[in-house]
Amino acid sequence: MKEHLNTLFVTTDGTYLAQDGAAVAVRADGLDAAGEPTGRKETKLRVPLHNLDGICCFGRVGASPQLLGAAAEAGVSVSFLSEHGRLRARVVGFTPGNVLLRRAQYRAADDPAATLAIARSAVLGKVSNCRQVLLRAARDAPDAERAERLRDAARRLETNLHGARRAGHDGAEGATDTLRGVEGEAARTYFAAFGDLLAGDPAFTFAGRSRRPPRDAVNALLSFLYAMLTHDAKSAAESCGLDCQVGFLHRDRPGRPGLALDLIEEFRPLLADRTALTLINRRQVRPGGFTISETGAVTMDEATRKTVLTAWQAKKQETVTHPFLGEKVTAGLLVHLQARLLARHLRGDLDVWPPLLWK
Amino acid sequence: MPEPLPISALQHLVFCERQCALIHTEGLWAENRLTAEGTVLHENAHEAGPETHGGVRVARGLDMRSEALNLVGKSDVVEFTPLEAFHGPIAETVRAAASGPGPPLVGWGVLPVEYKRGRSKTSPEWGDCDRVQLCAQALCLEEMLGVEVPEGRLFYGQTRRRTDVPIDGALRDLTRRAVARLHALLASGETPPAVNDARCPNCSLVKLCLPQVAAGRSAAAWIDRRLNTLDREAA
Repeated sequence: MKEHLNTLFVTTDGTYLAQDGAAVAVRADGLDAAGEPTGRKETKLRVPLHNLDGICCFGRVGASPQLLGAAAEAGVSVSFLSEHGRLRARVVGFTPGNVLLRRAQYRAADDPAATLAIARSAVLGKVSNCRQVLLRAARDAPDAERAERLRDAARRLETNLHGARRAGHDGAEGATDTLRGVEGEAARTYFAAFGDLLAGDPAFTFAGRSRRPPRDAVNALLSFLYAMLTHDAKSAAESCGLDCQVGFLHRDRPGRPGLALDLIEEFRPLLADRTALTLINRRQVRPGGFTISETGAVTMDEATRKTVLTAWQAKKQETVTHPFLGEKVTAGLLVHLQARLLARHLRGDLDVWPPLLWK
Repeated sequence: MPEPLPISALQHLVFCERQCALIHTEGLWAENRLTAEGTVLHENAHEAGPETHGGVRVARGLDMRSEALNLVGKSDVVEFTPLEAFHGPIAETVRAAASGPGPPLVGWGVLPVEYKRGRSKTSPEWGDCDRVQLCAQALCLEEMLGVEVPEGRLFYGQTRRRTDVPIDGALRDLTRRAVARLHALLASGETPPAVNDARCPNCSLVKLCLPQVAAGRSAAAWIDRRLNTLDREAA
């Protein structure tokens, strides 16, 4: 497996990526002494392709066919995303993949018992990790009242965990739907408590999760980070030969990356939520970096997006120990390992898919 | 007729059946320093054109095929040696072999040479993988050229030594059994369980194979233990 290398994020509109030998040349509008565009592109940065894992282009960014070919050959995927981080297209080299693995995935998705087992792992991972985030915040809480609210929410998540473990053990029909219900309930409890995780800057309040569009800055931040996570999960699923659209907890819906969404459940609290909280609580992002449109939709400006991506990239470089494998890896590699473990489960090596149960 | 299989798969099979299935059934591949060095070594072995020195004609990168074994492959080097160059006990065998039905090769001894990066493998369980691969090449050459190939050589990059390998009855039997097993394994589409032993640390596929996981561990039991621990710590 590829080591987790750097991702090159290109966030400036009008940037053009070209091949320069074994490197990618990032070309953008040159500026004269007065800061005015000169009308000529200048090479701002050269990065050797072999140092990269992927290239993510946000907004209006171009790339030469030569670069796309060289990147594909070097095993570096080039993704084109909207300015909000939604994936539009991705250029990858030819990977033969494994048709037997995909068939096993489809068979499992058609088999209620196999679907239940995989969906259960995703829910256990998500709810347990949400609970750990709340418990940790309760330990650090500035006042007893807040700590008690967080512990109370954590206790309710513990009940959900037991519900998820029991679901289907009585042989009842529709156990996966029961599990989906448990997951929804846990998400409501968690997000009801999420406001208590914020350090108290009145400009950043949280009154529940809103999406498409996010209606406050915290939600804008969360949506953007979840989009980054989904992007990585898609790559992870595809690079080990899984079909990122066929999920277990998430039912098939055309255009929806069901498996990638299954894969990110356990990572949302761990990677995305914690990154968002750190950015807000350490005042690395400012209220002024978010704009509200006439419809109430909140978006980040380019500088804020850059700050978030830098923090995200740093988060993914942290060294962690994979709880099941006991191996030290970078946090960014975890989703690849989880996809690999799911593939091994589908191929019959593992009795169930072990979720990432964080302490 | 099923697809012909690559001779290199035979080497993977004798080394580790799971590695063979991961590469040839599941389509997985990963490079590490060892495989990369091996690739460079083979590229060098194939790159030079045919040449003749000391009366020995050296052919590189020959395509090989056996209908009988349903195998295809590429040789590193095949040396064609005039019969008069052979001396000692081997000379009689080679002369007898070369008088087979293949008219173009009368008067020539045929010697396959396979280049390996590391050193000669001595382990009883998987040490035969290089010899089996070489023997499969010999069997292909015999079928294609209508001669007998009584001997081959393995060249090891790490020790820079050539090892003479007699293509004897025992090795031929071992190779034919491995070929049968290879066809059966890849036709089944199954991936055998991991073994997790001394071979694993040097295998480039270790991160894809996860032998420490796949060798009989229960994830369900782990989840129960882990959740119970987390509950105790929260209480």
